Amino acid sequence: MTTTMARERLVLVGNGMAGLKFLEEVLELAPGRFDITVIGAEPEPAYNRVLLSSLLAGEIAAGDVTLKSRAWYGEHGIVLKTGQPAVALDSARREVVLADGVTVPFDVLVLATGSNPIRLDLPGQQLSGVTTFRTLADVADLKAAAGAKTAAVVIGGGLLGIEAAYGLARRRVPVTLVHLMDRLMERQLDAEGAALLKDALEARGIKVLLQAQTRAIHGEGAVESVELADGRRIACGLVVMAVGVRPNVALAATGGLQIGRGILVDDRLQTSVADIHAIGECVEHRSGCYGLVEPAYEQARVAAAAIVNKPVSYLGSVLATNLKVSGVPVFSAGDFEGAGAEAIIVRDHGAASYRKLVIRDGRLAGAALVGDTGDALWYAELIRTAAPVAAFREALAFGQAFAEAMG
Amino acid sequence: MPGSRKTSSAVRTTCPYCGVGCGVLATPDGEGGAVIGGDPAHPANFGRLCSKGAALGETLGLETRLLHPEIEGRRVGWDQALDRVAGGLRRISQVHGPESIAFYLSGQLLTEDYYVANKLAKGFIGTPHVDTNSRLCMSSSVAGHRRAFGADVVPQCYDDVEIADLVVLAGSNAAWCHPVLFQRIQVARAERGVRVVTIDPRRTVTSEGADLHLPIKAGTDSQLWNGLLCWLADRAALDWRFVGDCTEGFAAAIAVARAASGSVADVASQTGLDVSDVETFYTWWTGTDRVVSCYSQGINQSAQGTDKVNAIINCHLATGRIGKPGAGPLSLTGQPNAMGGREVGGLANMLAAHMGFSEVERNRVRRFWGAPNLAATEGMKAVQMFDAIAAGKIKALWVMGTNPAVSLPRADHVRAALKGLDLLVVSENVASNDTANLAHVRLPASAWGEKDGTVTNSERRISRQRTFLASPGEVRPDWWILSQVAARLGWAGAFSYRSAADIFREHASLSGFENDGARAFNISGLSRMTEAEYDALAPVQWPVGKDGAGTERLFADGEFFNTSGRARIVAIKPGAPAVPTSRDWPFVLNTGRVRDQWHTMTRTGLSARLAVHIAEPFVEIHPGDAKALGLGQGTLALVETEHGSATLRVMSSGNQRPGALFVPIHWSGENSSAGRVGALVQPITDPFSGQPEAKATPARIAALEMSHFGFVLSRRSIAARGLAYWARSHMPCGSVVHFALDAWPASWEVWSERLLPEGERLTYEDERSQQYRVAVLSNGRLDAVLYVAATPVLPSIEWLKSCFALSEIGPVDRRSLLAGRPVGGADEGPVVCACFQVGRKRIDAAIAEGACSAQDIGRVTRAGTNCGSCVPELKRLAASASQAALPEAAE
Repeated sequence: MTTTMARERLVLVGNGMAGLKFLEEVLELAPGRFDITVIGAEPEPAYNRVLLSSLLAGEIAAGDVTLKSRAWYGEHGIVLKTGQPAVALDSARREVVLADGVTVPFDVLVLATGSNPIRLDLPGQQLSGVTTFRTLADVADLKAAAGAKTAAVVIGGGLLGIEAAYGLARRRVPVTLVHLMDRLMERQLDAEGAALLKDALEARGIKVLLQAQTRAIHGEGAVESVELADGRRIACGLVVMAVGVRPNVALAATGGLQIGRGILVDDRLQTSVADIHAIGECVEHRSGCYGLVEPAYEQARVAAAAIVNKPVSYLGSVLATNLKVSGVPVFSAGDFEGAGAEAIIVRDHGAASYRKLVIRDGRLAGAALVGDTGDALWYAELIRTAAPVAAFREALAFGQAFAEAMG
Repeated sequence: MPGSRKTSSAVRTTCPYCGVGCGVLATPDGEGGAVIGGDPAHPANFGRLCSKGAALGETLGLETRLLHPEIEGRRVGWDQALDRVAGGLRRISQVHGPESIAFYLSGQLLTEDYYVANKLAKGFIGTPHVDTNSRLCMSSSVAGHRRAFGADVVPQCYDDVEIADLVVLAGSNAAWCHPVLFQRIQVARAERGVRVVTIDPRRTVTSEGADLHLPIKAGTDSQLWNGLLCWLADRAALDWRFVGDCTEGFAAAIAVARAASGSVADVASQTGLDVSDVETFYTWWTGTDRVVSCYSQGINQSAQGTDKVNAIINCHLATGRIGKPGAGPLSLTGQPNAMGGREVGGLANMLAAHMGFSEVERNRVRRFWGAPNLAATEGMKAVQMFDAIAAGKIKALWVMGTNPAVSLPRADHVRAALKGLDLLVVSENVASNDTANLAHVRLPASAWGEKDGTVTNSERRISRQRTFLASPGEVRPDWWILSQVAARLGWAGAFSYRSAADIFREHASLSGFENDGARAFNISGLSRMTEAEYDALAPVQWPVGKDGAGTERLFADGEFFNTSGRARIVAIKPGAPAVPTSRDWPFVLNTGRVRDQWHTMTRTGLSARLAVHIAEPFVEIHPGDAKALGLGQGTLALVETEHGSATLRVMSSGNQRPGALFVPIHWSGENSSAGRVGALVQPITDPFSGQPEAKATPARIAALEMSHFGFVLSRRSIAARGLAYWARSHMPCGSVVHFALDAWPASWEVWSERLLPEGERLTYEDERSQQYRVAVLSNGRLDAVLYVAATPVLPSIEWLKSCFALSEIGPVDRRSLLAGRPVGGADEGPVVCACFQVGRKRIDAAIAEGACSAQDIGRVTRAGTNCGSCVPELKRLAASASQAALPEAAE
């Protein structure tokens, strides 16, 4: 490689899925334009976080989660620093300070610091055997604990909690899934879809407790049981807290960037400071924070284009959720509750299948699918484009091929 | 004997439906069924069959059959049942006199059965009150024939429609009602350019096969034919020699015709036809020597039916176009053996063998039968008979092979009257129909395929109906049942028949008994047949000479059976419907058959195939009328007359004249909530024939507000009663119920659970458009499907029907059950890539086409190119595929 005139220094903080997608996009759009440094807090280079439950379940090998080898970074002239959290940002001096005191100067900075799992402030939450489910390190802990075949309690019946519970159940760990709300995945599913999902999970050996508030975790040094608000106690040697995430804004805060729930960005993913961009779960865009991979990827693409001065905008994502690894396909998008709107509902409990399509003003406003998620993309597209559906309303629930055959 | 017949080879028999009387080859399958084909050797059809005939094999099942005698609904032995019938008849005869007993017979009976019934009633019990459903069918033709010819003779034969150069079909939807004869006409039309003219208030499939269609105003046929008589006279087209030598009454007839319908303009205005159409018809008819004028129920079922028949015959007599090859009037009979019934005297105004009630004739018949109690006078005709039942004058009625509670005019009145009888005996094939359900005694009679005898079709052709199935249960031939009752009443000697042939010989002998040629009906040439000869009897047209030879045509020689020896040209006054429409009853209600059903559907209703054509009772109405009354296509209407009401599906069609309604005759209380058109029909009858005016009852029609429309297909029959509207039909492996609701159930789920069998439920619900659909499975097999919607527009049921044949519903079909047809889209198998919904099967296909890495698969299918969570699985699939491919690659 020949040395050229001083290239712009591009620093990426956060080597997660959003960060890596951003790198790939930049390399594609402007190969060789930047001197790139990537700073990752975790010891491993970027991996596929979506696969952690599969890894936990033992369905895949450790190597399967790796997205790009260390060599790949080298081949593309990228300096990769792992296991080195960035601890401070000096926006004025345009440098980032790492935990070991090293400062990294930048011309362009991209923050992809992701989010942190929420740890409930419960009595006993510090006990050994209480963990979250976010990183490879968490999975390693869980696998170790699961090896003892001790019972586990997963707190949180959202996407992550269900995946953690499923991963543990696949390891033949007796799992109780404890959820505060009256249904699982309440932010993605209506009551009936959630009930079907619950049945499907229970059929897979996961015990599900709804409207169950955890009051305390008990144990002498290590977890021995979980106590619920109603007094019930569930004996266990492992507690997984999967009650949600918070955008990781700590670094941005040190740099004086404007922050709401997340790092505030505009439609070009730029923060309140010029040449500092942010993408992924750490950002707040038009009052929205996303905890899913697809919006993060969209943001990565826009941010990459923005820093090479292409005229692009990010207008937000239609939230579509896929529950991928639990063995129970679930898809949800848009306004799946449909209060005050019209719903088409198809039930086939024998096939563990449920479809709800919400129509508002002659357009598909939301969809929730359990069991059979065929046509999910079509629904997502119909929601995104707000196309009128009246002409094929009767065919809507039966999918794209059927609707098109109807002409 | 039937029992000794080999059952493996084809048996020649005759179709039990319409009056064409087609030959059928039935090959028993040894399991109670038979393969049905047309008999190429039969001169009625030469191997052709219509949809109904071809489906006969599907109607042989025993599910709906009456197999054992019953008293008050309880199974009894034959002795007990026969004792009850004989005892009841004896007691009623003693207390109220023999004339308090009546028999109501059927054109479905065999001649032999008919003969024994008639003999028992008129000769031995001593009641003249024997009538038949043929009264509803062609009694106006009988009366017209007798007035014109002095005998009930059809002068022509079927071949004439092929030889003719012009075929007129008046009041006939032959395409549906006499399909095989219609096909013969159509072949001649295509091959020889035979012209066809149809005359019918309705445009029908028949008129689509015509060169000219005259959409005549109901009830004005006489004016059209009177006008033709005048036109013929004005154009010197009459055969004056024939008129002078062989007829009488012409002068009066032409005078009456001229007075009312002397000009084409008059005719056109009276009939509602275009002047040019009338002229075309007259010109063609005048200029064509070989013209056959066929007529059927549109002519007969009228209060002026006999006049209409004579108005037609007049034109043939006046031109001498009668009894000649390709020229003459041809009555198309409705039933397979209406004519056989006429031959034996099964009509109330005939005694026996074409003899009436004159002293000479009575004396002759008394002597022949050795009858102790010969009826003295003509009996009551059908409508009159049932009025007498309602009035309590008739105390005992024996119904054989017909369903008057459905088919008679004012059917609600008839049904009520039947309930008042001291004794109602019904001889039937089916365990349940509107009439049989009211009977005190139900007697299981042999059905088609089991019974043995003869029938006579519309061209006077006597054909054998032969046994090809064993009689199930305790089923017996009607003649046996009648003879057993006769024996119990003390007349064993006169009813000691051992076989159908025994009876036929006696019947044939009577036809020739003291017959010096004054009686047209003479088949005495057949009276000495042995059992074997009877068994082998080839189709033959009466009269049959001593040599056994039949007669193709009559009257070409100008010899008629009136005492004068001449034919009578009858003066016909202009006609009109008996009751005109009015402000309250503004529509003219017409009735008739549909293509694939027969009478009250007790047999054709068993065929799933025949139910496909039309599955519900309907009312056809002109689109302008429908629009004005807010009657949407497929919605429901209440049709009312002074006599009753029916709930029917609206079929808006330009085939109807404005102001006209058409309703089919087939639906009964067995298969519909309120589809009995008989309940609507007025009881007004023709003064000569007693035939009711079934095609011109003043009526009104109004939209019925229904909240929902739907259908249920189910393996086991569902309880439809209670639904605001319903009609049931058969499908393979189950039944279909179309229905409508007048109120919205509080919960579709609860409501449908009550209606449907238990099982695994799949549902589709669109509350806003009020669509609700349920499929019920048990053990993976489809048990029931229900669709309901706020509009009558629902998916076709044909694909759903086919799902009942599947032993297991696969995953793709499962969803399709609620869509009403295959949802399309391949079965993708389990989803591998959730982001792009790529299934295992699509990935396998990509690999088979050469993709050998996760990246390759992603390029082809997009799988794994978003979140990547499926990439490990893609890698595994690619790897295992390449390993599997290795040995092949090595070769």
